[in-house]
Amino acid sequence: MSGYLSAQLSILCLNIIIAYAIFLPAASGQLNLGAGGFAIIGGYLGGWLNSDFDGLGLAMQLSIPLAALATAAIAFLLSFPILRTRGVYMVLATFAFAEVVAGIVLNLEVVGGAAGFPVDGHADLSVLAPICVMVVVSCFLLMSTRFGLAMRSVHDDENVASLFGVNVHWVRVAAFTLGGLLGGLYGALYGHQYNYIEVQNWNVMFSIYVLLYVLLGGTQSPFGPLLGALFFTVVPELLRSFGAAVGSELIADGRFAIFGALIVLMMAFRPEGIVTRTMLERLMGRGAREKGAT
Amino acid sequence: MTALLSLQSISKRFGGLTVIDDVSFNIERGTRSALIGPNGAGKTTLFNLISGVYPIDHGSIVLDGRDFADIPAHRRGGYGLSRSFQNIRLMPHLSTVENIMLGQHARSSTIGMLAPLGLWRNRWVREAEQLLADAGLSTFPGQVVADLPYGIQKRIEVVRALAARPKLLLLDEPAAGLNPAETDELLKLLESISAQGVTLLIVEHDMHFVSRLCQQVVVLNFGRLLFQGTPAAARRDRAVLDAYLGSDHAA
Repeated sequence: MSGYLSAQLSILCLNIIIAYAIFLPAASGQLNLGAGGFAIIGGYLGGWLNSDFDGLGLAMQLSIPLAALATAAIAFLLSFPILRTRGVYMVLATFAFAEVVAGIVLNLEVVGGAAGFPVDGHADLSVLAPICVMVVVSCFLLMSTRFGLAMRSVHDDENVASLFGVNVHWVRVAAFTLGGLLGGLYGALYGHQYNYIEVQNWNVMFSIYVLLYVLLGGTQSPFGPLLGALFFTVVPELLRSFGAAVGSELIADGRFAIFGALIVLMMAFRPEGIVTRTMLERLMGRGAREKGAT
Repeated sequence: MTALLSLQSISKRFGGLTVIDDVSFNIERGTRSALIGPNGAGKTTLFNLISGVYPIDHGSIVLDGRDFADIPAHRRGGYGLSRSFQNIRLMPHLSTVENIMLGQHARSSTIGMLAPLGLWRNRWVREAEQLLADAGLSTFPGQVVADLPYGIQKRIEVVRALAARPKLLLLDEPAAGLNPAETDELLKLLESISAQGVTLLIVEHDMHFVSRLCQQVVVLNFGRLLFQGTPAAARRDRAVLDAYLGSDHAA
């Protein structure tokens, strides 16, 4: 496998994991712009736990899961104030959370402050890929459970969900916390993949992009974030190689402008995301009919 | 034998407006009752109080011997209460079967929350499909609810409420907007539900429908209990006629 391909696949694995971190809250109706905050916490905790010189010198097998669990614990505690907000106010609250985390870490000398922090242990694609597959499979399983049904019901109508026995508050807390777990996992994996992290990696643009992966992919089905992350990771690269192939600097250099236009078009034509329940059902219905015909 | 549902002098105010004013009545086990009254009489509010959407200001609601005062809405289903809604409140992004499985939610254990529903045909899926089949709705199991016709959605709401296996089923205008054929289908469905021993309390404007289905009517007007008795007696009652038609209707 070429270096370029394995680097791109590593980015894809990481992007898929962070997409599911934001998908789980989104599937239960929460707009979470705090992806950067979770990534910073997970990344720095993972790096610090692993570092021989500055931190505890734990093996990577311990530092990554511990960082993810600690991020989940922080998300759990934060969910109580943050889940008092709704809709666009929740976007602002989670954004503020990410900014506060960035501000704190930027001034934390023990992890290098603005200079960034070197991470010792290296996690290559052979680590990222299995974890990514596990995350995807777990999320598909989770969404197929009664808990997943409760999450989607809370998304559609929390009052009715409550009257049918769903404990709306705990479903929302659990979804937010699980999102924090995956966000921390992403951060820790990222640190161990690139062996160097800085707060600037996870600024507000990052959080916006991740939320876009999920909203453009679709929040109604666990296929959504998979497609969203794939689209956002692969399309700019395809545009770059296409531009290079046809020798057009306009396409190669202006690929983000073209990409932006594509995003606007997708919002216009698929406002509920690329993957919707109706679309899945049509695909499956057609598949069943074809099976019946043969 | 004690009543299944017992309301004792319940009141509810929204700000300065008293919407339910000292209402008391009992619903006997296994009966079919209608809650009627002019627009704004407080019928839906009464349903919301029983199901716990809002707390009551005064009085008590007792279902099957259990006082509902300290029981939050999401736990009332576990004590045998289920309802449908005046405007269709199905989950638009869930399939028909998934909506029915939401109705089963109160019967599931905490560990049951993590049992996969969609991967193979377990007992929850089979039961939901059976309920749909019994109601004559088996042709739409996988379809997303938002894409289905109104009359079908209306009946799915009733089946969803039934999936909670309630002792008392509250139905808020189940026949509103249905054509005569759909109304007949609904009537058959409700009669078969009643035959299984489920007690029905129905808000309905269609008096013909009420007379065909219900043994008892409870009439509300301006939040007060006006009348309780048989549908035939309600049609002759002076106060009920005044409330519906105005006090000079006899002229």
